[in-house]
Amino acid sequence: MSFDWKTYQPLLIPNIPGLADIKVYEQHGGYVQYKKVLGDQTTWTPEAVTNEVKSSGLRGRGGAGFNTGLKWSFMPKPDGGPRYIAANGDESEPGTFKDRTIFEFNPHSFIEGALIAAYAMRITAVYVYIRGEYRSWIRMMEKAIADAYAAGHIGKNIHGSGFSTDMYVHSGAGAYICGEESSLMESLEGKRGYPRVKPPFPAQRGLWGRPTTINNIETLANVPLILRIGAEAYSQIGAKTHPGPLLYGISGHVNKPGVYEFPSGMPIETLIHEVCGGVKGGKKVKAVIPGGSSTPPLRGDQLAGVCMDSDSLRTAGSMLGTAGMVVMDEDTDLVDVLTRIAHFYHHESCGQCTPCREGTGWLEKTLKKIRRGDGTPRDLELLLDICTQMEGRTICALADAAAWPVRYTITRFREDFEARVKTPVHAHA
Amino acid sequence: MATYVFTAEQLAQIEAIKSRYPSVQSATMPVLWLAQDAFGHVDADVQQLVADTLGLPASHVHGVATFYTQYYKEKKGKHVLDVCTCLSCHISGGYDMLHHLENRLGIKAGETTPDGLFTIQSVECLGACGYAPMMQITNDVFVNELTPEKLDQVIDTLKKGGSPDFEPIGLVNNRETA
Repeated sequence: MSFDWKTYQPLLIPNIPGLADIKVYEQHGGYVQYKKVLGDQTTWTPEAVTNEVKSSGLRGRGGAGFNTGLKWSFMPKPDGGPRYIAANGDESEPGTFKDRTIFEFNPHSFIEGALIAAYAMRITAVYVYIRGEYRSWIRMMEKAIADAYAAGHIGKNIHGSGFSTDMYVHSGAGAYICGEESSLMESLEGKRGYPRVKPPFPAQRGLWGRPTTINNIETLANVPLILRIGAEAYSQIGAKTHPGPLLYGISGHVNKPGVYEFPSGMPIETLIHEVCGGVKGGKKVKAVIPGGSSTPPLRGDQLAGVCMDSDSLRTAGSMLGTAGMVVMDEDTDLVDVLTRIAHFYHHESCGQCTPCREGTGWLEKTLKKIRRGDGTPRDLELLLDICTQMEGRTICALADAAAWPVRYTITRFREDFEARVKTPVHAHA
Repeated sequence: MATYVFTAEQLAQIEAIKSRYPSVQSATMPVLWLAQDAFGHVDADVQQLVADTLGLPASHVHGVATFYTQYYKEKKGKHVLDVCTCLSCHISGGYDMLHHLENRLGIKAGETTPDGLFTIQSVECLGACGYAPMMQITNDVFVNELTPEKLDQVIDTLKKGGSPDFEPIGLVNNRETA
């Protein structure tokens, strides 16, 4: 890759002190794209904005990676009734901690992007769903939204354009499942976060039975940039089939963990060994989870040439997910790590569907048995069988998200598990 | 049975919350938060108050309160120390930090000190994976990059009536060029 990451200037979260302040944001070209659209609605019809985003190639940053403009185009024609955006800032997938950087350092880029999206889909209200644990960041977003109201960017007949919309923050209260879009809508409606059966899809029947689009925070924060540099230029950034700047949240056994911004498609080995300063203690990489705990782990000895974009990762046998990358060194006990991941999904299963409610429990129980040295080789087959009984058999993807790490950690690191079921740990104690 | 009431100011806040949504039911979560901030927990009596104030069945409010882990369904310590032990914190010593707190305070995860000052909980991913191990204090401030020494300082600060400062952390790109 000829790209020089050392000289890269961040676009989503540019290095401008005080950018979270609306005045600083406006001094640096903030809300200009939004005003451009509102001020020339003949050129920038809602359809034209949607098409621009569609042709930029922007794909959702929340995990599923669907083309954003295409998603917007699924909204039915306005019928005079309310229509909603639910902006997904639930950010709860283990390994994922990127959106809070936007809340803290460039909240108005998100607000501007959400407002442009609201215009493009004739949205009457935007609900910003933020996980309850992010109370510090919820305060920041409430302040930023209040400032945007005061500046006349949100409200009735915005800047005399005839366009009106509202924006509110809704705090979660501790439930991973609410990052699933239909569960998020249930939560916004004041209910337990049980995912809904689809169809109907949110664009047909979403919040309060009305057309709704759910977009990730980082996804919407890309929108002003697309309008500023144009879809064509945006589509040239990073990986061709998954373009744009990307927030990489890198954690685990690296010397310099944290959130980095680079174009999509960064080679995993460059991220680990150069950007993050290598593995702590100069150790080897045993495993990398590329995009949050549900994405299948890759072996450390099979990372050569694998890049952080959906195509490259699919070929390598994983997914980009949220680009929340967890690096594990050669001394990591993967049986222990997988047991902890299984505990997470068991804890977070909403309990609505039997394969998930029971399956996540059995995965955890069986892995705990192996971890304490009481497992047998048959337990490994049992775990894979439980995965098969879970995958694709539930209302939402939590069961799949729970099964994939189990399936792929066992199949890709089989030797670690076989060693544990043959030689009980307590025999050495 | 304890009796709880909302003040006139809180009732006005609740009206403002209701105005953000097309249905009263949607106010359930924000009003539970408001109640928890006011009373320190949302036990059955507080849930009843929320239900009565919103004109919703108590069973609905109870269902919501029990679905979400951050609502305290019973009284907790004054300071609730939520230590993340999930994935990235797990492999970065999250359990060591949890055990250090348990030893220091003489209680186990899930318990409250006899003086009612501290509750320790082992919690799922809090979204601070790059700053592991970490914990959150009483649903509010995040304390990152924990060490036993840092934990001791936090306990001392809280005992003196203080609170750890919010730790701003930006993009690593920007930190390095700053």
